[in-house]
Amino acid sequence: MSIAKPLPHDAAALHVNGSARYVDDIPTPTGTLHLAFGTSPIAAGTLNGMDLDAVRSATGVISVMTADDLQHDTDVSPSAHDEPLLAKDTVAYVGQPMFLVIATSHTAARAAARRAQYDITEGTPIFSIEDALAANSRFEDGPRIYSKGTASTALAASTHTVSGSLTMGGQEHFYLEGQAALALPSEEGDVLVHSSTQHPTEIQHKVAHAIGKPMHAVRVETRRMGGGFGGKESQGNALAVACAIAALATGKPCKMRYDRDDDMIITGKRHDFRIDYTCGFNAKGLIQAIDVKHYTRCGWAQDLSLPVADRAMLHADNAYNLPNIRIESHRLKTNMQSATAYRGFGGPQGMLGMERIIDHVAQKLGADPARVRQMNYYASAGSLSGKMKPDSTPYGQEVTDSIIAELSKSLLGSSNYDDRRAAVKAWNARNPIIKRGIALTPVKFGISFTLTHLNQAGALVHVYQDGSIHLNHGGTEMGQGLFQKVAQVAASRFGVPLELIKITATDTAKVPNTSATAASSGSDLNGMAVKIACDTIRDRMSGHIAQLHDCTASEVTFADGHVNVGAKRYSFAEAAQLTYQARSSLSATGFYKTPDIEWDRIKGKGRPFFYFAYGAAITEVAIDTLTGENRILRTDILHDAGASLNPALDVGQIEGGYVQGAGWLTTEELVWDDNGRLRTHAPSTYKIPACSDRPDIFNVALWDGENPADTIYKSKAVGEPPFMLGMSAFFALSDAIAACGPTFSDLQAPATAEQVLSAIGRARDV
Amino acid sequence: MAGYIHMDVSFRLNGKDVALTNVTATTTLLDWLRINQNLTGTKEGCNEGDCGACSVMVTDENGAKALNACILFLPQLHGKAIRTVEGIAAPDGTPHAVQTEMITHHGSQCGFCTPGFIVSMATAHLNGETDHDTALAGNLCRCTGYAPIIRAAKAAETAPIPKHMHDTPPILLAKNIPGERESAGAEPPTNLDAFASWYEQNPDTTLIAGATDVGLWVTKHFTNLGQTAFLNQIPELRGMTETDEAIHVGAMTTLTELYEVIKDRHPSFAQLIQRYGSTQVRNAATIGGNVANGSPIGDGSPALIALGATLHLRKGAKVREIPIADFFIEYGKQDRAVGEFITGITIPKVADNLHCYKLSKRFDQDISAVCGCLWVEVKDDVITTARLAYGGMAGTPKRASAAEAALTNKPWNENTIRTAMEALKSDFSPLSDMRASAKYRMQTAQNMLLRLWHERNGETTSVHEVTA
Repeated sequence: MSIAKPLPHDAAALHVNGSARYVDDIPTPTGTLHLAFGTSPIAAGTLNGMDLDAVRSATGVISVMTADDLQHDTDVSPSAHDEPLLAKDTVAYVGQPMFLVIATSHTAARAAARRAQYDITEGTPIFSIEDALAANSRFEDGPRIYSKGTASTALAASTHTVSGSLTMGGQEHFYLEGQAALALPSEEGDVLVHSSTQHPTEIQHKVAHAIGKPMHAVRVETRRMGGGFGGKESQGNALAVACAIAALATGKPCKMRYDRDDDMIITGKRHDFRIDYTCGFNAKGLIQAIDVKHYTRCGWAQDLSLPVADRAMLHADNAYNLPNIRIESHRLKTNMQSATAYRGFGGPQGMLGMERIIDHVAQKLGADPARVRQMNYYASAGSLSGKMKPDSTPYGQEVTDSIIAELSKSLLGSSNYDDRRAAVKAWNARNPIIKRGIALTPVKFGISFTLTHLNQAGALVHVYQDGSIHLNHGGTEMGQGLFQKVAQVAASRFGVPLELIKITATDTAKVPNTSATAASSGSDLNGMAVKIACDTIRDRMSGHIAQLHDCTASEVTFADGHVNVGAKRYSFAEAAQLTYQARSSLSATGFYKTPDIEWDRIKGKGRPFFYFAYGAAITEVAIDTLTGENRILRTDILHDAGASLNPALDVGQIEGGYVQGAGWLTTEELVWDDNGRLRTHAPSTYKIPACSDRPDIFNVALWDGENPADTIYKSKAVGEPPFMLGMSAFFALSDAIAACGPTFSDLQAPATAEQVLSAIGRARDV
Repeated sequence: MAGYIHMDVSFRLNGKDVALTNVTATTTLLDWLRINQNLTGTKEGCNEGDCGACSVMVTDENGAKALNACILFLPQLHGKAIRTVEGIAAPDGTPHAVQTEMITHHGSQCGFCTPGFIVSMATAHLNGETDHDTALAGNLCRCTGYAPIIRAAKAAETAPIPKHMHDTPPILLAKNIPGERESAGAEPPTNLDAFASWYEQNPDTTLIAGATDVGLWVTKHFTNLGQTAFLNQIPELRGMTETDEAIHVGAMTTLTELYEVIKDRHPSFAQLIQRYGSTQVRNAATIGGNVANGSPIGDGSPALIALGATLHLRKGAKVREIPIADFFIEYGKQDRAVGEFITGITIPKVADNLHCYKLSKRFDQDISAVCGCLWVEVKDDVITTARLAYGGMAGTPKRASAAEAALTNKPWNENTIRTAMEALKSDFSPLSDMRASAKYRMQTAQNMLLRLWHERNGETTSVHEVTA
């Protein structure tokens, strides 16, 4: 069995010698041209015209295209048809693509793009939440509201209340490979596009529109991405569309990749949020009611902001049973990059708001926040028998699979939380300059696309007559190890060694109408689709072999690279050859759709998630009260990946997700100036965690238990949930700051050194 | 016309000699590898030397080091040996231990940063370096959280060094100075006297030292550097000499080399240097370039000012020395005449009293929000000398004269320190920018004095001193 083995990433051997190929590494035909966008220097205004003479005359420039040169519908939005490839009449953010340069080299195109003169009548840009609210600048008519119970009366009746406001910054994906696409013109005006995308079908769809052709004229191939994290769900559309148009216009292959600065200035990031809250609770810390308001800056275009903001609302409870809650969500339109999908997709923001409430409640009561968390958890699945009814989320889905209570208990024990909390307290009493803090935070994350129809996947499997296997499905590989996990499923179905399986690039010509590889759904959906395809072929093989041996198909088994029937043992290749000679098809598609989900996003009621993934982290930090500098000393994680398909890859997602999540809440700060220009547009100014920022001590374990839901080999999705484990770093900082003074510090995110020092000042305010 | 616009360059690449004629002097190694050689294993992640995806190993007469290929111009490689990720496995294909361990420990996910990590790890392995956080601070990974990469690096520590990793730079085999093509006879001379005279005659030349900043003028700003002179061709600008009173370092001394010179004498400065860029940047960047640049947020200058260092300048045959603090006139303006250049720096040999505090959003490989280098001498509980130099607080690296006055000849106690903290407000009016607000800069610049007080009293004052 290849399932549950800690096998390396399928391309690990290629990664380490530099032979793993990314879009920009694909050998291109002679004469390939290179593209760059000229981008708006102004955040809002009316475009009167552009003087592009200097661009056209620049060295190496072949052609320059503006919106007027585009013949078809070149919208590149994944949702609302509100993102013209090139600005036409209005300018909506600094960095907006204005024109397209086609040149003989990447550098020539970029250099030329800087030479435009713009005639723009500047308008009044909207940047802040306050400005957007004042101008009623928003997506959707008004706030979306989900509720359970009656928050207002329950709040009024509560013995204690706290109120506050937490702002949390966005986050740049900083995939190491920037956005890239390569389009090769084919006969009849068709086009082949190589794209670094999580969503080849959408690239196909947008390119087809842009060149005025049916989808069948466009083939999109994606072998791998150098990181995605949600940033390649919709943000690659513009490059692919530009390349396709330019390729057909020039008859030459066209390639476009964003330089890092261009990438950060043009593309969307995680949504920043402000969350205002009031919470009512009793003297022990049991929460009675919450009223919470989400304000998020969506940027200039809708992109995926509605489902992101929805998911934030759907995670406003995190792991807690809240009898009365009202969640109000404002999706604000601002003159900035269009915020987009990013690992967690709004979930982290909603959950951070809830964890902040708990932190505030605990500090108000002088209680250990971990105990307040435990007290408010959803009831465990194990405790449900005999209980009348499972707890229910604010959106009406019953929580029937919770393990958060026992998982937390286990982690608190294995990490010696109580002793260490006492040691932290003792340290803080002795040391005036360096303070320590420790915090536990839980994760409960809903698995499924909330847009229900996206929960489907297809696969295509061929067995060749020599027994080798070609594996294809709609999922994309961005480093998460999806291809290996799915190959492990296929190998296990056929009982063959993994070497027999060829993992192939995602290709819209092999599996059509795919969903983005997103929402952590990759292995759940594609693993199942591949299982179904493999089983179809296996059934044909076993049917034929059974016929030869005059027995039933169920007596034919597949194991150890062989097909066994009675005493007879065929090699898998022999069995394939026999099936072929019997004129039976050795190729099959597989199709899967997630069962038991339905969701009404307007009412905010239903069962949007097939199941929940759980986890918890305990982080210990130290802070410098003179400068706010801080460091993670130790992290312990226990995470639920169900019955893991590949524990090594799952641990990799957990470690990496934690560090990325901690980065979001500490050093990663996006700064725009008063003119809407992003000032942190390169790694010199935008600081993702470096090597020494990982915890000194980093203990990661997988929860031992299978998924009660019927998923592929009872595993659980693991792409996004561990990201939220990083919240424990933020609350450990809050805990350390609390040791500096009596007042609630109101720590805001990201907790940069400056923010921490400022919070220390607030804590000391009496 | 003079200087290098096009030139001939030869080096060894993955064990094979390469001779290039008439290459554009500002061609980066990264572009040349990827576009001209189709060696696409070396990746472009940021094109500014901050992510390490383009790391290559370069061996010269001083040994092997990791460098960022994206901001390395071909002429800087003349006479050296380069090893890219494609050359880390043995010629027969046997993988290097760092490669097998990276697979074993699941050190790659998306794989895009991996070639850079492999090169940095293999270089550190060759040099016997086991401080992996330092060796890899210049390699960013967004997927793994680094833990498995460090496990791999540790696991590979004891593996033998493969023979092929010992490169022989061609410069050691034959003297082969690059020739200049388009303006034969006008190339910059390679001995210091002749160069000084040449540069006086050709003052519009762009001088290129380590190119860790000038590289960005090309890759990010598309600046046409015009004629260039690569100072790595002048041996007299390198090296260290020592007298009883002072240490003299050549302008072309890299930060890595300066670290070695300084580490026993001024450990706090050495620690500051360890946070200057990354290993790759320190291997290229020079102290002369760092000072000449005049940046208010370069970390070298505040430390050198606090040390009371002297700057040596030369124009033609004329040489002069100035206290390094006097070099910085205002933002973007230094005391450097047309045709004049920095030849070196002299650091006095005195007992250490230096405390360097660097504040940045990220600990490693970040540009300072504030860099405070505080030299405070105390004798019989009285402060006899105070040189407080700050970066990030003004348009230049600058001394805090009011705070210095508040300390000098005052009793060594907390009250004096607090008086100096108050005085610091009249020394600086810092700016707010993406790195920090003015308020934070002032508050922490003041608190650095308090930290010095606590530190000298033996208290724990750094988050890096504590463990869980």
